[in-house]
Amino acid sequence: MIRNDCRYTEEHEWAKKEDDGKIRGGITEYAVEQLGDIVLVELPEVGDSVSGGEPCGTIESVKAVTDLFAPVTGVVAEINELLLDEPNQVNEDPYGKGWMILVEPERTDSFERLMSAEKYEKLVREETE
Amino acid sequence: MTEIENLKRTPFYDCHVAAKGRMTPFAGWIMPVQYSGVAAEHAAVRESVGLFDVSHMGEFLISGPDALANVERLTCNNVSKLKPGRVHYSAMLYPQGTFVDDLLVYCKGPEEYLLVVNAANLDKDFEWVNRHCEGDVSAVNISDSTAQLALQGPKAVALLQSVYPDLKLPTKPFRFMEAETDAGMTLISRTGYTGEDGFELYWNVRSGPGLWDILMKAGESSGIKPIGLGARDTLRFEACLSLYGNDIGDTTTPFEANLAWIVKMSKGDFIGRDALSAQLESGVEQSLVGFEMIGRGIPRHGYAISVNGRDVGHVTSGTMTPYLKKALGLGYVPAGISKAGTELGIVIRGKTAPAKIVETPFYKRGDQG
Repeated sequence: MIRNDCRYTEEHEWAKKEDDGKIRGGITEYAVEQLGDIVLVELPEVGDSVSGGEPCGTIESVKAVTDLFAPVTGVVAEINELLLDEPNQVNEDPYGKGWMILVEPERTDSFERLMSAEKYEKLVREETE
Repeated sequence: MTEIENLKRTPFYDCHVAAKGRMTPFAGWIMPVQYSGVAAEHAAVRESVGLFDVSHMGEFLISGPDALANVERLTCNNVSKLKPGRVHYSAMLYPQGTFVDDLLVYCKGPEEYLLVVNAANLDKDFEWVNRHCEGDVSAVNISDSTAQLALQGPKAVALLQSVYPDLKLPTKPFRFMEAETDAGMTLISRTGYTGEDGFELYWNVRSGPGLWDILMKAGESSGIKPIGLGARDTLRFEACLSLYGNDIGDTTTPFEANLAWIVKMSKGDFIGRDALSAQLESGVEQSLVGFEMIGRGIPRHGYAISVNGRDVGHVTSGTMTPYLKKALGLGYVPAGISKAGTELGIVIRGKTAPAKIVETPFYKRGDQG
């Protein structure tokens, strides 16, 4: 499932602009399918500076360890602490309860520079072919 | 990178695709890594029953008047004690006492032995066997013509019995029989790599498409699931069954790997015996231990193990185990600090996370099944 109200990264993360301009991010359903059962999520701390496209956390499934990349450059305003105890929420609801970080972006246009849903859909299609 | 077209397909390739298995290259084969998910598949094997395609495993038939003498010299367990219909776990060792491979040795008759080896080691193993076989003996690599399925879990025995009610299935672990099934003549072995009860079934691929569909259908009411390589690894890990290339390899000996029970020093000469004899004398320097993380963090293959800020060993296998739901690992540490309760540090992405040595195996099945 690819949601139209989100934008996307090549690392298979989604980003959604909140009403106050902050960017909420998580990993896409496609990423979740590739990873399998997620058993541990390490997130940055509130107040940390993160750079768009750079690692800012870790996602571990039973089999593999992968980086969580920041969707945009900015300061972490909030993290989803639920995931520290219930990492499987990412599998259950990647766009909802499985969100990962909320970032106060440095630039107001950084969200618009991310991939559109249409473009991301094409990327996933190419990867699965 | 391996070209997908060059990978070998097992006789069950279409079954995996139909069951929505995610296919991945493994040791020259295209194999299912998972279907419904590692955790769900793992649970099915612990709680009911699962079916594994393990046709990628290697099989060598050693036969002739000198078969016993050769298998005895090639492997470290006591082959003379193996009666027809019995199978044991063993290893082939280099002269320095380290592993060529671990394997199962089946005694099919006084002059016929079947060796089952790891797929990733097949070529190396067969070359090793050929180089060391002498006298009136033939070694044949029957891997490509041998299909193998594993039926594992507390409901495995009842399931196979329900499909073949007239068969007198082996009642004890490490026994096997050969009997006609829908796959033709089938070797039915009460063995496995999961820590559960169950069978491993071998037959010649030419004698029919085999038992996959039959067992899947018969197991429907028991909640049978097809199991991929992902859960095969987490199941064997929880039961602390060694994986070649991770927990054992060409730099470790059976004594270091807690596998002294497969080494029978009193049986006479075998390749690696002198080195093991010397190690027995001097004592091992490193020992494979199981450990549990005390806080957050998951140990993984290759991570360093440290004590007081100094690297002392490395993690050979580790994961968040799906059934026990604990972050557990296996790794080598200096023999002097290998006691249960000892605190270790596991270096995870530059940070040292605390762990403590625990008794192994992590998981041991109860008396059910």
